[in-house]
Amino acid sequence: MDAGTDSKPSSAKNRTAVQRTSERELVVTRTFNGPGRLVFEAWTHPDLIQRWWVPKSFGASFLSCETDVRTGGAYRFVFSHASSEKPLAFFGKYLEVVPGSRLVWTNEEGGEGGAITTVTFEEIDGETLVVTRDVYSSKEALDAAIASGATGGSCETYEQLDALLINLGASATRRTLRGEE
Amino acid sequence: MVQCYQARFDLSFAALSDATRRGVLEELGRADASITDLAEKFHMTLTGMKKHVGVLERAWLVTTVKVGRVRTCKLGPRRLEEEAAWIESYRRVWDARFDELDKVVEELKRKERIDGRRNRQ
Repeated sequence: MDAGTDSKPSSAKNRTAVQRTSERELVVTRTFNGPGRLVFEAWTHPDLIQRWWVPKSFGASFLSCETDVRTGGAYRFVFSHASSEKPLAFFGKYLEVVPGSRLVWTNEEGGEGGAITTVTFEEIDGETLVVTRDVYSSKEALDAAIASGATGGSCETYEQLDALLINLGASATRRTLRGEE
Repeated sequence: MVQCYQARFDLSFAALSDATRRGVLEELGRADASITDLAEKFHMTLTGMKKHVGVLERAWLVTTVKVGRVRTCKLGPRRLEEEAAWIESYRRVWDARFDELDKVVEELKRKERIDGRRNRQ
């Protein structure tokens, strides 16, 4: 019997999946136990975004969060992080907004040619399947994103990851790591 | 666990800290090459290039195969392994995020039920 699993029954059932579906596309999926309009609200309302986008275990915290959720509207998330003296800003604009079902935005903090993110919310029997799709401008751009995460920021990333694991106390992820040894 | 990652990443970092070695990886990304080719390309002695390739090999970034007198270098298994590791760490980031989002959605549902009851009264 694992107390950690007991306290989070939903995370065992609603597993987050990530797949590189093509040379330039990365897809994240997860099902939420609630109607699409509420899940959509949580993705668009600044007060709500701030409560989940950066879990405490990431070691970062929001300094500000602005969203102008309409086609052509801008968003800007600013964080502080222990690894950086300057705040980190993530920004772009919404290319498409369909309340309750679809969001498309640009990622412009890295300059031109950033990935385009499409999030769809599909409600089935009171549950909502969320599919997040990042399409990069080229295979090289996605490779570079992966390489920078895997090598450039590696030590830091894995230290954070370790902190994340400790905080989550997730037995499943520990099993995964053991398999990688 | 961390130490295990740390040791492997230290090797990678050491391997990637050198401009020539980064150049070699880039070159091998385009096509396999012999140590002689690489030495010429980077204006270096054969011995010098062998050392660089050795460092990259120990970090699993490059593998070499000797056929006859020619040692051919190619990108190592590390590339794929890194992608798989990166995807897993990326997944954990989203999983942690979504665990928090679950709580927010639960609360919104609760709030809506309470509001609904209040409106009916």
